[in-house]
Amino acid sequence: MTIRMTINGREYETDAHPMMPLLDVLRESCRLTGTKYGCGEGECGACTVIMNDELVMSCMVPVMQAGGAEIETVEGLARVAENGEEILHPVQQAFLECGGAQCGICTPGMVMAGVHHLRHPDRAPGGLREALEGNLCRCTGYSAIFRAMEQAAKTGHPE
Amino acid sequence: MTVSPPEHHELRYVGRSVTRREGAHKLTGRSRYIDDMHVEGALTGRTIRTTIAAGRVRDIRFPEGFPWNEFTIVTAKDLPVNEVALITNEQPALVDSIVRHHQEAILLIAHEDPGLVQEAARAIEIVYEKDPGIFEMEQGRVLKDLAIRHGNTEQAFSGENIVFEGEYATGAQEHVYIEPNGFIAWWENETVVLHGSNQCPYYVHKAVKNAFALERDDQVRVVQETTGGGFGGKEEFPSMVAIHTALLSRKAGGKPVRLIYDRAEDMACSTKRHPSITRIRTACTREGVFKGIEVTFHIDGGAYLTLSPVVLSRGLLHSGGPYRWPAAKMDGLCWFTNSPPYGAFRGFGAPQSEFAIERHLDRLSQLLGICPIELRRKNFLQRGDVLPTSQIVEEDPELDHIVDRALELSDYRAKQQSSPCGSGHGMGLSVFYHGTGFTGSGEVYLSSVVALEAQSDGTVEIQVSSTEIGQGTETVFAQIAAEGLGINIEQIRFRKPETGAVPDSGPTVASRTCSIVGGLVEKAARQMREKLNGRDVAEAAAMDSLRAEARYEPPPGLVWNEETYQGCAYGAYSWGCNVAEIVLDSVTAELRVEKMWGIYDIGCVINPVLAVGQVEGGMAQGAGWATCEDVVLREGLMQNTRVTNYIIPTSADGPDMVVEFVEHHNPIGAFGSKGVGELPMDGPPAAIANAVAHATGQNIVSIPIRPEDILK
Repeated sequence: MTIRMTINGREYETDAHPMMPLLDVLRESCRLTGTKYGCGEGECGACTVIMNDELVMSCMVPVMQAGGAEIETVEGLARVAENGEEILHPVQQAFLECGGAQCGICTPGMVMAGVHHLRHPDRAPGGLREALEGNLCRCTGYSAIFRAMEQAAKTGHPE
Repeated sequence: MTVSPPEHHELRYVGRSVTRREGAHKLTGRSRYIDDMHVEGALTGRTIRTTIAAGRVRDIRFPEGFPWNEFTIVTAKDLPVNEVALITNEQPALVDSIVRHHQEAILLIAHEDPGLVQEAARAIEIVYEKDPGIFEMEQGRVLKDLAIRHGNTEQAFSGENIVFEGEYATGAQEHVYIEPNGFIAWWENETVVLHGSNQCPYYVHKAVKNAFALERDDQVRVVQETTGGGFGGKEEFPSMVAIHTALLSRKAGGKPVRLIYDRAEDMACSTKRHPSITRIRTACTREGVFKGIEVTFHIDGGAYLTLSPVVLSRGLLHSGGPYRWPAAKMDGLCWFTNSPPYGAFRGFGAPQSEFAIERHLDRLSQLLGICPIELRRKNFLQRGDVLPTSQIVEEDPELDHIVDRALELSDYRAKQQSSPCGSGHGMGLSVFYHGTGFTGSGEVYLSSVVALEAQSDGTVEIQVSSTEIGQGTETVFAQIAAEGLGINIEQIRFRKPETGAVPDSGPTVASRTCSIVGGLVEKAARQMREKLNGRDVAEAAAMDSLRAEARYEPPPGLVWNEETYQGCAYGAYSWGCNVAEIVLDSVTAELRVEKMWGIYDIGCVINPVLAVGQVEGGMAQGAGWATCEDVVLREGLMQNTRVTNYIIPTSADGPDMVVEFVEHHNPIGAFGSKGVGELPMDGPPAAIANAVAHATGQNIVSIPIRPEDILK
C-alpha cells in the first residue's frame, strides 16, 4: 500500500508498513533526520512534528494515519534569501540568540512545539510552560527556552 | 527570570555572548548525531544482557526458527583481551562465565534486518546458576578507601565543645541525556573506525586498542559525532559500546555495524550517579565556631570499580564544605554491590557530600539556636585559611558577599519571616564550592596538549579532543583563540574531534574544558600571534606551515601527595550560593520548587549566555535529583527505565531561576576562568531540603524528597 503525504511542502510517498511510526518513515525513508528519537513512547517530545496543524509525537503516529496529511518538520522552517543566505524562523533565531539550544537533540522537537504555540497560543491556556511540557530538555532547565520564546513572540512570525 | 551577566569592555570576544557556533545546524536539524549517520550496508547490532544480578552462565541456547547462520554472533571468547580499560582493567566487555550485575552484556548479535534482530534477541535463552547478591552498602567488600587527616580531632571533640552528629543519604540519579548511547564501526584492514556519541574520544581509543590488542595507535580511529548530552554519562560508558560495535564488525568481516541503544536499554544498563550515605560528627563552640569534623562518606560503587575511586576522592575532598575546620578526620569508602556500576555524573561525588554538610549545618544551627546563615558566616573560608588537605586558600572567596547578594535578590528574610515553620512554604539556603579540573596530580598525569594550525585560506584551526556536548566548547574556544590571536572570530575553525587527527587535550569532564584546556588554547594562540608577528594569517601560512602547541604544566607550588592525601587538591575553586523557595501541597504533599536563586563565582565569564545556560541547567538537574528523580532498583535491576516513570523536570515544573555572577579571576585558567559545569549541581539539593525542613518542620536527611516520605 502506497501512502502519500506532503512534508514541508513536498510530495512524498512510501511503501512502508502502515503501522510503521511516522518518525521512522521521516528518518529512514525520507532521510529527514532532523526529527529525533528520544524515547519511542511519546514521552520526551524529541520527535515532535506538526501534522495538519496539530502537534504530534511522530514516534506514536502509525504512518497510515499520516496518509494525505500536511507535515511540517524542523527542516522546513528556515528560508533561503535571494542572496543565498539562510534566514532562520523567528523561533530558531531567538533560540540561537538566547541559548535555547545546547546539545541540540531535543531542539528540533522543542522548536516545532514553540512554532505551534506561537500560531495557536489559545491551545495552551496555561501559557508557555504548558505548551512546552511535552518536550523534555535535560540541558537548559528551560529558562533560556522561555526567554527565547518570549523574544520570538515579540519578533512575530512571518507565516 | 533575571540574568545579569557582567561585561568586559576591554576585550573583543571574551566576556561577550558570541552566538553558539554550531547553533544554526542544531536548530535546523542539519547536525548529524550518530543515529542520523547513514552507512550503506550497515548491520544492526543488539546486546543480549544478563537477567540475574549474581551467579554464573551455564548455557546459551539459540532456539530453532531463526536463520542463525545469517547472524553475526560474538561472545567473550571472540575478544582478544576481554577488558574495558579504565583506571583498572577489571571490568570485562562481555560476561564469560561470572555474572556480577543485571543487564551485563553477555552476547552480541547483528543482522542486516533490524526487525529480525529484535525478535532474535528476545528468543535467545540463557541458563544461569544464581547466587544471592549484595544490594546494600556496607555489606560486601570495600572497593576503595581513602582518608584525610588534619589537626587534632580528639581535642576538638573533648571538653566544652558541642558535639552533633547526623546521617544523610542521596539516591542514584540517571543522566537522561536525550540522545541514547550509540556507535557505528567498521574495519579497514587492520584499522577500526568508530563514529559515536561520547565525551572522551581518547578514552574510547585506549579501551578499543587494549581490547583488540592492537599494536599501533593509528589502528583505532575514534570520531566524535554531534553528541546529544552527556553530563558524565558519556565519559567512561561509551568505551563499552565501542568495543562491542567494533567486535561485531570484526566478526562480520569488517562490515559496518550500528549499535544504537533504545531508551529502556540505555537506562537499565548504563552508569548512574553513586548513591551515598554520609555520617557527620561536628564539634563547635556554643557560639557556633567550628572546631572539628569527622566524616565517613560511603558510596555504592556497583559491580565494578570503573571511576569510583576518583568519585570517592572528589566527594571526600568536598565533604567539609567551604568552611574552616581546624581539625578534620575524613574517611571515604566505596562499596561493592551487585548493581550496575555507578559512574561519572556532573559533580562527581561532590553533590552527594555537599548535600550532607549543608543539611547538617542547618540542623546544627537549630540545636545551637543560631540563624543558619549566621552559623555559616562565622566559619566561611577566607584567604589564608587552611583546608583539611593543608592547601592554603589563596584567593578571598568573599562568601559573605555572595550570600548577601543571594539574600537580597531572593528577599529571603522577609519571605522566611512571613512563612513560619510548618506553614508549607519555605526558603532554604546552601553554600558550596567546586574544585576545577582533575584532582591532585590528575592534570599532570593527563599532560594535555592543544594545537592551533594556520591555514592558507586565512583561517586558524583549533585541534583538541575536548568535545562539544552542549556546553559550548566550540564557541568558547573560538572566543579564546580569536582573543589570544587578535584576529576575527570568523577566521577560527574547530576541527571535529578525531583521535590521531587532533592531539589529546584530555577528557571532557571535571569542569576542566573552558578553564584548563581553554587556558592551553589561550597559550597556543599567544604563541602563534608571536609567530605571525603582525603578518596576515593567509600570507604567513602560505610561506611556512604555522602551528602552535601548548602542553599543560602545573603552576608553581601545585603539589599533591597521593599517599598522604595532602597538598593542593585543585588549582582553583569556584564558589556559589543557592536559595530555594518551595511550596508544598497541603493535601498531597507534592513539592514544588517555585524559584531558585544562584550566585556564582566561576572566575572570568567567557560567554555570559552559555555560562548562564550551564548553571541554569545544573540547577534544574539538582532540583530534579532532590525532588522527583528516583531510581528504583530491585535486586540491582532498575524498575523505572522509561521517561514515563523516571521523572525529570519538565517545562511545567522546572523552577524559575535567577542567576548572577561575581568574578574572582583565576590566575591559571583561560582569561581568568574557573570551572563552571559541575558547580551548579552542588547546591540545589541542600537548599531545597533546608526549605522543605522549614516548610514541614520535618527532619529531612535524604533525597529525593518524596511526598510519601513527607506524609509518613
